[in-house]
Amino acid sequence: MKHATEEQLVLYYYGEQADEIQRHLESCEACRGSYQALQRVLNSVDSFPVPERGADYETRVWREVERRLPRRRALAWLAWKPLAAAAALGGLMAVAFFAGRSWRESGAKASAAADLEVRERVLMVAVGDHLERTQTVLAELANSGDPKNGALDISYEQRAAEDLVEANRLYRETAASAGDDRTANFLDELERVLLDVAHNPSQVSPGQLQDLRQEIEGRGILFKVKIFSSEVEEREAAQNAPVL
Amino acid sequence: MQSKGSMEESDSVAVARVRAGDGNAYRVLVERHSRAVFRLAYRMTGNEQDSEDVVQETFLRAYKQLHRWEARSSFSTWLYRIAANYSLDLVRRRQRHGEVAMTESAGERETDVVHALASHAPGPDRLLFSDRVQQRVAATLDGLSRQERTAFVLRHFEGQSIEEIAGALGLSGNAAKHSIFRAVQKLRRALEPLVNSQS
Ligand SMILES: [Zn+2]
Repeated sequence: MKHATEEQLVLYYYGEQADEIQRHLESCEACRGSYQALQRVLNSVDSFPVPERGADYETRVWREVERRLPRRRALAWLAWKPLAAAAALGGLMAVAFFAGRSWRESGAKASAAADLEVRERVLMVAVGDHLERTQTVLAELANSGDPKNGALDISYEQRAAEDLVEANRLYRETAASAGDDRTANFLDELERVLLDVAHNPSQVSPGQLQDLRQEIEGRGILFKVKIFSSEVEEREAAQNAPVL
Repeated sequence: MQSKGSMEESDSVAVARVRAGDGNAYRVLVERHSRAVFRLAYRMTGNEQDSEDVVQETFLRAYKQLHRWEARSSFSTWLYRIAANYSLDLVRRRQRHGEVAMTESAGERETDVVHALASHAPGPDRLLFSDRVQQRVAATLDGLSRQERTAFVLRHFEGQSIEEIAGALGLSGNAAKHSIFRAVQKLRRALEPLVNSQS
């Protein structure tokens, strides 16, 4: 075998080179010498000093991170599986409804308004997360570069859109039955765009991609989602009781 | 101390709990990895305050992107990738603002002093010598390009494979490999006269 190159020795040092080098090093003094020189250099790099952190470092980091975490928790995570989140929303709305009713029946001051408020809050949190997710998927499509060799694979966005359509339908129906027409109408418009995405082939041609983009951009849907999201956040903040 | 296997296992259990809405489960992950993320950030940025920023931002980003993590890769590898990328952003912004403190030439000027020190053998000078090595390493790392530094730090200190590094940096395997080679060459040029005169 020829002498080992510097690159081979570096790879060998990091355990990314076959036994071949090891065998060669055993039999070749010259290469052994250059390997040892390399070892000394790379071992000395380990002396790079990193300042010590105090004993309570972990706790300190957590305290600061926790303060900055997004406030809505449980539903945000559920929203990864949009349909599960929407179904959970149905459950929560029922809970809120029955909680409101038994509260009334137990003789406390009956307040349909309070009941409605709880339900609206639950809906707003869920819709906020739904919009965030929708925005991500649509933005990815709107900003995707032109397909290089013919077709662009949008199967990921598509599967996401299919899930979102289902969830969107449930939120829309919930909003409508809660008498929140504005939210219901907005979700109706969003649903049409999501359906479009879901119904495309998973490989789109430049022309089809162009149509999709026009559908997203032409309706100004991303902008509307943004506006609506911030409204939702405000409504949520206004009802600032903790969620769940 | 837990073995790496069971540690990774409980990482994914913690992730599952966070996903299920248990906010406290995230605390486990933050506390478990905060020191390691700080070390990585410091090796990337060489700056204490920046490294603290990286720690915060990494855990916030990871929380928001937790749905993207797939259990087949290790959670810590994924987390360090986020940290490395944010460190890169930070260093890039600093460089754009011309705030780089150390340069290669600052390192060069020291060579003679270091040689002089190295030839004085044991005793307190020896301590001084290791300080010199540390300074030299720091100066050389600062002189690397961003890509070289990231690839090298991930390979050398974090033990990530070249394949993982290529994935993290969006490079081909070959490009990742060559970034590491170039980093090693620069370190060799800066350190070899020093460390090999000692042995
Ligand atoms: Zn040889």
